[in-house]
Amino acid sequence: MSPLAAHLPAHLPALLPTALPAAVDTAGRASTGEAVLFWVLAPIMVIAALGLLFARKAVHAALSLIVVMISLAFMYVTQGAVFLGVVQVVVYTGAIMMLFLFVLMLVGVDSADSLVETIRGQRWIGVIAALGLLVVLGGVLLAATYPVPTGLGEANADSNPVGVAHLIFSDHVFAMEVVGALLVTAALGALVMSHRRRLTPKRGQRELADLRVAGGHHLAPLPAPGVYARHNAMDVPALDPYGNPIDSSVPRVLRVRGQEADANEYAARIDRVLAGGAARDVTPDPELATTPGGSAPPDGAAGAGTDGPTTTGEEAR
Amino acid sequence: MHAGMLGAAVAPVTADFSQDTWWLWVIKAVVIIVFLLTSVLFAIWFERKVVARMQVRPGPNVHGPFGLLQSLADAMKLLFKEDMTVSAADKIVYLVAPMIAVFCSLLTFAVIPLGPAVNLFGHHTPLQLTDFPVAVLYILACASVGVYGIVLGGWASNSTYPLLGGVRSTAQVISYELAMGLSLVTVFLMAGSMSTSQIVSSQTKLWWFIPLLPAFVIYVISMVGETNRLPFDLPEAEGELVGGYTTEYSSMKFAWFFLAEYINMLNVSAVATTLFLGGWRAPFGISLINDGMFNTGWWPVLWFLVKLWAVMFFFVWVRGSVLRFRYDQFMNLGWKLLIPAALVWLVAVAAFKGLRDFSDLDLRTWLFVLAGVLVLAIVVSLFFPEKKAPEPTKAAAPREFDPFAAGYPVPPLPGQVLPPSPRKGRVTAAASVPAGAPDPSETTPEVHGG
Repeated sequence: MSPLAAHLPAHLPALLPTALPAAVDTAGRASTGEAVLFWVLAPIMVIAALGLLFARKAVHAALSLIVVMISLAFMYVTQGAVFLGVVQVVVYTGAIMMLFLFVLMLVGVDSADSLVETIRGQRWIGVIAALGLLVVLGGVLLAATYPVPTGLGEANADSNPVGVAHLIFSDHVFAMEVVGALLVTAALGALVMSHRRRLTPKRGQRELADLRVAGGHHLAPLPAPGVYARHNAMDVPALDPYGNPIDSSVPRVLRVRGQEADANEYAARIDRVLAGGAARDVTPDPELATTPGGSAPPDGAAGAGTDGPTTTGEEAR
Repeated sequence: MHAGMLGAAVAPVTADFSQDTWWLWVIKAVVIIVFLLTSVLFAIWFERKVVARMQVRPGPNVHGPFGLLQSLADAMKLLFKEDMTVSAADKIVYLVAPMIAVFCSLLTFAVIPLGPAVNLFGHHTPLQLTDFPVAVLYILACASVGVYGIVLGGWASNSTYPLLGGVRSTAQVISYELAMGLSLVTVFLMAGSMSTSQIVSSQTKLWWFIPLLPAFVIYVISMVGETNRLPFDLPEAEGELVGGYTTEYSSMKFAWFFLAEYINMLNVSAVATTLFLGGWRAPFGISLINDGMFNTGWWPVLWFLVKLWAVMFFFVWVRGSVLRFRYDQFMNLGWKLLIPAALVWLVAVAAFKGLRDFSDLDLRTWLFVLAGVLVLAIVVSLFFPEKKAPEPTKAAAPREFDPFAAGYPVPPLPGQVLPPSPRKGRVTAAASVPAGAPDPSETTPEVHGG
């Protein structure tokens, strides 16, 4: 009896020699490495499986399932079923769980599952169906007769994938074809159910562009806020070539909130600088002449006081 | 444990690992990781330098000779940056995601044959960490698990743009892995194996990219999609999604994503080299010199690296010359073109292989039959009436055209006729008044129209 077999649940002793033909070598013993790997992986798998049941967020449950799947793949590989192990990761973890995640992620990171039953009595229907499945599976397990295991060496004589291929495409070819037909039917069914006939002509990039032109909307990107080379704050409107503020350059939200800066003041500053004066109004307080905003260029600061505009002073921003 | 684990299952693998000891495995594993990390540093420099040459500018040229230390400086900068964790993030997944990406990207090179058997410290061992009958599937598995890093990183950041990047990445990997897998299946069919060393040894006469050119093309396209590189870098499209899944990552965690992306580039390049470009085998002319001397010993590592970097150059070249796809165009390409093409090609190769294996006719006869069918098809196609090009929708009566529609000056579209210019009459009239004025018919319309 292999160490691996000894750790399996107690109610399966009759199945052990047959259920685990790959776990043992020809001498009927599992290697030490295999036992170590089992004891490392088994607790991880159990914890992850429990996490699948008890996780609050759907994505965490999916992650637990992925851990179980990958650990299971390791076990398959250890037991000589290299092909099965790798395909398990490629198909289930790589494609199917990815598809699940695709849907789950759209739910969002903060949302927990709603536990409200949408179909009346679905819990009881589920319990009955589960019991039925258990009965069927148990019946199959008990009624089945198992051939004597041939041993891993013989089963994988022409390499593992070739051995699996021989089995699938000779003994089980009918079952495989049936499963294939079933899956194709399911895919076609999903296509038919989700298909809608297009009632309106499709709008491509071209049509959308035409619509935009015909609708008289602003075609180019909106002008960026800020006065070129002086103020790039979001609340300062841009100036057009005539020095008038462009309202649409300030984000709509700021305009709605009334947080737009006074563009005329900024425009006036430019005029003052061009006229050789200080950017800022000269105030009696000398400290305010060198404002922390640093908006006054050195040459402008040097000429402070020579111009002496009369508009009301603006507080330092 | 490793040898015991796989020893029973593995028979038909060309590489012979029977002399390997545990310390040889350790040495090979460490060499592979060091190789990958230094290659990434080199690849970043290489990419920036090559793209710069393509855009007629010098590229990094300050740090070290030819700017070679630039990527080292970048790595140091990333290391010393503040490591931020978004407060609304799912902490554990946020931390684990970059690790998944890097760890999975490091796994692929374990089964890539860098060369044939050499003598290493008195042991005859192949230049490959391991190999088994489904090694290429294992590569696909590692790649598909690695994408979880991107997807989970995007989700765990709890922010809009990263989530969009993550969702795009899932859709991308599902659609492009199908095409990639299908294109690889034809190589498995022809080589008769999924073990990398066996696939390399099956290319002794002919590299697979010549007979399996359609599969090679499909693989090359889908490998760019798989590694999120331009023109398929939609999960991190900086023009649309800020930084995609990396938006909320900084410092070392970001560096890990960066590392994973470049290692993945090396991985898919190595797979392309191994499966389609003859692996470590010397190019045709060189392999004939001195009775195949260049296919033995340590020489093959050189050929492998040359081919690897040729594919890497292709990556950079594509990045330097192709624009990013729009998302629906990208999906259309994957589902409506690549996957059907890969399926048709797979059926064709399977039929060819089946007929060759299960009938007595030799290859030459089959090629003649194929050529005959092709010629027949061409001859038949000559008898088909040529499909008429759709009538250009030039309305017989020119449509009403307003050159100042909605206040904008609009040029006429095809089929629309510009109304006669009101100035034309004026010009002629003005020209006819003064005597000796130049004939108006000689003046070009550009002059008057301007």
